[in-house]
Amino acid sequence: MIDLAFVWALLIAFAVFAYVVLDGFDLGIGILFPWIDSGRERDMAMNSVAPVWDGNETWLVLGGGGLLAVFPLAYAIIMTALYAPVIAMLLGLILRGVAFEFRFKSENNKAVWDAAFFAGSLTAALSQGIMLGALVQGIAVENRAYAGGWFDWLTPFSVMTAIALVIGYALLGACWMIMKTEGELREDAFAFARKLAVGLLIAIGVVSLWTPFLEAQYFVRWLSWPSILFVAPVPILTLIAAWRLIASLAAGREREPFLATLALFLLCYIGLAINLYPTIVPPSVSIWDAAAPESSLVFLLVGALVLVPMILAYTAYAYWVFRGKVDPDGGYH
Amino acid sequence: MDFTALDLARFQFAFTISAHIIFPAFTIGLASYLAVLEGLWLATGRAIYMSVFRYWIRIFAVVFGMGVVSGLVMSYQFGTNWSVFSDKAGAVIGPLMGYEVLTAFFLEAGFLGVMLFGLNRVGPRLHFMATLMVAIGTLFSAFWILSVNSWMQTPAGHAINDAGQFVPVDWWAIVFNPSFPYRLVHMVLAAYLTTAFVVGAVGAWHLLSDRRDAPARLMMSMALWMATLVAPLQILAGDLHGLNTLEHQPMKIAAMEGHYETRRGAPLILFGWPDNAAETTHYALEIPKAGSLILTHKADGEVKGLKAFPKQDWPNTPLVFWSFRVMVGIGFAMLGLGLWSLLVRWRGDLADVRSLQWGSVLMGPSGFVAVLAGWITTEAGRQPYTVYGLLRTADSVSPIALPAVATSLVAFIVVYFLVFGAGTYYILRLMSRPPDAPVEDLDRDEPIRAAGVTPGPAQHIVEADAPEHRGG
Repeated sequence: MIDLAFVWALLIAFAVFAYVVLDGFDLGIGILFPWIDSGRERDMAMNSVAPVWDGNETWLVLGGGGLLAVFPLAYAIIMTALYAPVIAMLLGLILRGVAFEFRFKSENNKAVWDAAFFAGSLTAALSQGIMLGALVQGIAVENRAYAGGWFDWLTPFSVMTAIALVIGYALLGACWMIMKTEGELREDAFAFARKLAVGLLIAIGVVSLWTPFLEAQYFVRWLSWPSILFVAPVPILTLIAAWRLIASLAAGREREPFLATLALFLLCYIGLAINLYPTIVPPSVSIWDAAAPESSLVFLLVGALVLVPMILAYTAYAYWVFRGKVDPDGGYH
Repeated sequence: MDFTALDLARFQFAFTISAHIIFPAFTIGLASYLAVLEGLWLATGRAIYMSVFRYWIRIFAVVFGMGVVSGLVMSYQFGTNWSVFSDKAGAVIGPLMGYEVLTAFFLEAGFLGVMLFGLNRVGPRLHFMATLMVAIGTLFSAFWILSVNSWMQTPAGHAINDAGQFVPVDWWAIVFNPSFPYRLVHMVLAAYLTTAFVVGAVGAWHLLSDRRDAPARLMMSMALWMATLVAPLQILAGDLHGLNTLEHQPMKIAAMEGHYETRRGAPLILFGWPDNAAETTHYALEIPKAGSLILTHKADGEVKGLKAFPKQDWPNTPLVFWSFRVMVGIGFAMLGLGLWSLLVRWRGDLADVRSLQWGSVLMGPSGFVAVLAGWITTEAGRQPYTVYGLLRTADSVSPIALPAVATSLVAFIVVYFLVFGAGTYYILRLMSRPPDAPVEDLDRDEPIRAAGVTPGPAQHIVEADAPEHRGG
């Protein structure tokens, strides 16, 4: 008998991770925008993601829509509990999304849409970081509904995770620009990445040391025998990825910093899963409590198994069409 | 007047979905139009099609972007403001929306980049395929989301469990619920008509200043053929949809018609002011027997009035009654313009008749008004339920406090007016520029693939020659 709730937890986790890393570099470029020279450099930075950002953001729609479909109870509780950060994220994503088109359509107000691109990206990233922290620290639930206050999401821990995620996205964005651009912008991106890498490693350290003390379950998973044996590879691999990130940035390599940052994101994500599993709304709602009836899980799973590989294939094609460096003299510059 | 959190949550949903529907109503039609133009360009090699294609794809890019970001809000608002509804109905409507994401959103987003920026990178044939995929994606999206909406209007194929949740039993019955086929056809035709009237207005506007503008003439001609052929089909589809509503939601029809009393040989109330408190329609201007004739196809057929239903279940009758009349009135005006254009074509040339051109310009935004009015009719007519007859709106709302909804509502209103106001301004400015004269015809023996020359992603194919893009 297949545990459908578990399969769906994996798929939703995959969609959320795909969103985090794909839109992560788009948002990171937005976060770095004020520090990128206005004019040609900013055009290049934005054009390095213009053909793909919409597809990247679609993973967020899948995460939200998928949660509603297969874990409706978790969707209902989480969206209510995180009301303010969810709304802030949506408004941020609106500003960020329209800036792609509006900034090129505007004659006199380009600076306004540059500012919207930055503010929207930063707001979205901060909100997502807050949501992450608020979820990990636990959500009060009674009678199938959110039972906490309106500002439960705002704590020192969630502020810390928000800062960590902003730094992480900015680093992904910087590493993306290292891969996709040339000249002055690439040099600037290296400079950003070197600082951000240090910042991210510190942030990961702080969050990792803080988390086990939030819930007894987290502490047991990480710091009790023999559990510690099974989870030990995560911190060890994190150290290796951190070393490769620093070393490749120092050596001026173009692809490895991005890959090393992706590895750091993946390892943190696995660490998160080790904390939470099998809860979906910690500390009280498990994936089985929240799962939709079997008929819903099966119906959508059939489609997902056929369609997700197709989506991955044509998404890869779209990236392949726009492979290589952004041509600084291409288009309308 | 005191508002409750429920009122504001409802207003927020109405506001955000009304702002959203404007964009898909336009992009569904425009994506298909672009696919037709590019197909004609490939088939005939005539540069004029590419000229019109380039003109509209710029506008498409802006509208599509606004549709994406306003749509994202919808997919999260079910949870923020309607969490009880999400918990109860999520197992039924969630998978349908999941299919919308998997079959439509990814398809559109995946190929949009190639469609907007990739002509020189992939060549015309693959580019045409990308355009087709985007157009098909918009139609898939309409399919699933209208299935969701229709299920809320005419629920079928489910059971209800102990926790009060809707549990899917028969997916076929859920997806193809009784009102879905009618609603889907009605909405897709509406999107096509909306686009046709915008394209026709822009073509007519430029013909008014230059009657030899060939691309503008092509736009106007194609758009008016669409109006001539599709407006009558739409009126027919609307009538069938109405009969379907009569069968499944007779109370809604009573509100649309302003009937309070159940009668044989009911009149058709053309205009009037329905008053739920007084349980009558004031100042009614009526055509005797016509109501029964239209709804039952018999002069003395029985038509149910609102009083046949419990009063606490009545919708906001004046709103439903008037929005319905706005939609129908515009539908017939569209038909009229289409017939007028036939007459003009028969006698001479569209480019010569300024009154028709002014008529087309005036009718440009009519599709949007009709779409909004139609949705208000059907959605306000569904009240006071979210899932018709089964789950009341008051029992669907999140346990949210008034200040939280009020704050987010104000934030949405401010941001939407600024952002979509700016977007509308940019679109109008793009529309105010005449289309470029056609350059050279496509040489079909040699596909345009610029070997060795790889313009960066920066190159909006459509904007390579757009002056406002230079010197970025």
